[in-house]
Amino acid sequence: MSPVLRSPLAVAFAAIMLLIVAGATFATVPESKQAVIVRWGRPMRVVNPYHPGVPFGETGAGLIVRYPFMEQIVWIDKRIQTVEMDNQQVLSIDQQRLEVDAFARFRIVDPLKMYIQAKTEENVAAQIQPILGSATRNELGKRQFAALLSPERGQIMSNIRAALNRVAAQYGAEIVDVRIKKADLPEGTLESAFQRMRTAREQEANATKAQGYKQAQIIRAEADAEAANTYAQAFNKDPEFYDFYRAMQSYDVTFNPNPQPGQPPQGKTTVILSPENDYLREFRGRK
Amino acid sequence: MRAIWGWGARLAGSWSENKGGPWGPSGGGSGGGDGDGEGPRSPWGQPPRRRRTPGGPSNISSIEDFLKKGRERFGGRFPNQDRRPYWAYGLAIFLLLWLLFTSFHRVGPQEEGVVTLFGRYSRTVGPGINFTLPLPIESLERVDTQIRSMSIGAEQGEQENLILTGDENIIDLAYTIRWKVRDPALYLFNVQDPEATIHQVAESAMRASVATVSLDDAIGAGRGEIENRVQALTQQVLDRYGAGVQIQGVSIRQSDPPDKVNDAFKAVTTAQQEAQSYINQARGYAQQVTARAQGEAAAFDKVYAQYKLAPEVTRRRMYYETMERVLSKVDKTVVEAPGVVPYLSLPNPRAKAAEGDQR
Repeated sequence: MSPVLRSPLAVAFAAIMLLIVAGATFATVPESKQAVIVRWGRPMRVVNPYHPGVPFGETGAGLIVRYPFMEQIVWIDKRIQTVEMDNQQVLSIDQQRLEVDAFARFRIVDPLKMYIQAKTEENVAAQIQPILGSATRNELGKRQFAALLSPERGQIMSNIRAALNRVAAQYGAEIVDVRIKKADLPEGTLESAFQRMRTAREQEANATKAQGYKQAQIIRAEADAEAANTYAQAFNKDPEFYDFYRAMQSYDVTFNPNPQPGQPPQGKTTVILSPENDYLREFRGRK
Repeated sequence: MRAIWGWGARLAGSWSENKGGPWGPSGGGSGGGDGDGEGPRSPWGQPPRRRRTPGGPSNISSIEDFLKKGRERFGGRFPNQDRRPYWAYGLAIFLLLWLLFTSFHRVGPQEEGVVTLFGRYSRTVGPGINFTLPLPIESLERVDTQIRSMSIGAEQGEQENLILTGDENIIDLAYTIRWKVRDPALYLFNVQDPEATIHQVAESAMRASVATVSLDDAIGAGRGEIENRVQALTQQVLDRYGAGVQIQGVSIRQSDPPDKVNDAFKAVTTAQQEAQSYINQARGYAQQVTARAQGEAAAFDKVYAQYKLAPEVTRRRMYYETMERVLSKVDKTVVEAPGVVPYLSLPNPRAKAAEGDQR
């Protein structure tokens, strides 16, 4: 066998070895992750740690070199993460029961500390979650129910955030934000709230109707008064003539069997006239 | 030594098989071109040509040699040294395709691409064909930058999305958030699960905003203001997270009282309409009454003006005219002799009443 035939095998073997070693030596750190380099189980250094305000492209992300096989990389998320708390029962100081959903957002700012204290982000979240619950209960338990529905809410949030940050700092995390997502009345209270809303509406309905009726009455009375005024002004010029004038109109209406066209006859009228009647004065002839 | 050879051959064989996927057929199809009936045909068989391609990379040729050697050992044949490295061409084609596919990227019209160099953010590119270094070095991730929308709250027939208002009432609210990615790099690198984040922040902002208004505002006139406030608040919080997201708008699709109290709310509407109809009727009556008064007064004024000119004559004329109209249409009895009491049959009380009236 010639050396030409033997050497390719060696070359290929070397190439494969080289690939393996290269894979164990070089690693790419993406922008969204922080890397803790661990040598024989001991954390040595951090690559691409979070620094506030550093623009992407100037962070520590990119190609890194490590001792092959000796050093392992522990990946830790650099992005903002969420811890949620669902359906926490809270009792406000005025004994109102509430169901609260809240969430906290945190970021690992000290990966080394986090790795030593908690190993993984999930553990950090698991540590923060109960604290979020108890901090929420404590803070809301000190306040009136109505405070939750007011701008005071912001103050509550920052108090919870401060309490949470004390715990989070032990794990190398920083609480970015705490927010109450929902603050709902539980089932039983909900029913009584509905009842209250219903009665309030019924009251409003009745009041509205009464107000409308009142206004209608006033409008009618005002119109009557105005009409009376109009009549008085006109008729007061000569009350005696008015009496005569109105009497004539009245007879017309009263004795006319068909007072207005289209209406049924109003019954039969029989008149017995005495010759003394003024109308028959001329009928009698002058005496 | 033999052991190492065998291992190497297996390794190389499997490697070339793995890599051979896309170009295997071309190599296999021409395999055994010179097969002269000596044993089973190898898929790696080559037509008789000079083994070494002039100018070809010696490294590849060496691997080819090695590979062939291993293959032949496998097949129990002696090496045939005059074989051509088809697989080397295949590898070259594969590398070429690799370069082509991982270097040129088509970014759609509603997209932007984020290029990272060994994981580090390098640049953001716009729509069109973009060039990057091939894959292990640079990679491009596309981000959809068109306006997306997200619905929160009950659709038809679903469970109600109940929210407390400032006056401790409850409404059923459904709304839509429209948003888009403003900065793809921030969007990718800064927040874990940005869509869920937007959802949560918007929901929180909506509840905080509704909690500051009264029930009537939340259902009616205050909706526009709530929308604006939620948009501003959500934007502010997301900016603090550095989410790279632009909230385009918030629109309340539905803002109703909960089902269980809806009837009571409808009753209020009914009451309002009822009240309005009372008032309308009264207004109608008022117009009627005043118009009639004005009409009668005017008529009286006209007659009176004439009466003033000739009081006695006018008065008699009106009297006779009225009597004429009245008496022409009624039954009349004139009792001439004084002291005579006529017998009157009274057909009904009305006639009697009329008589009394007359007197």
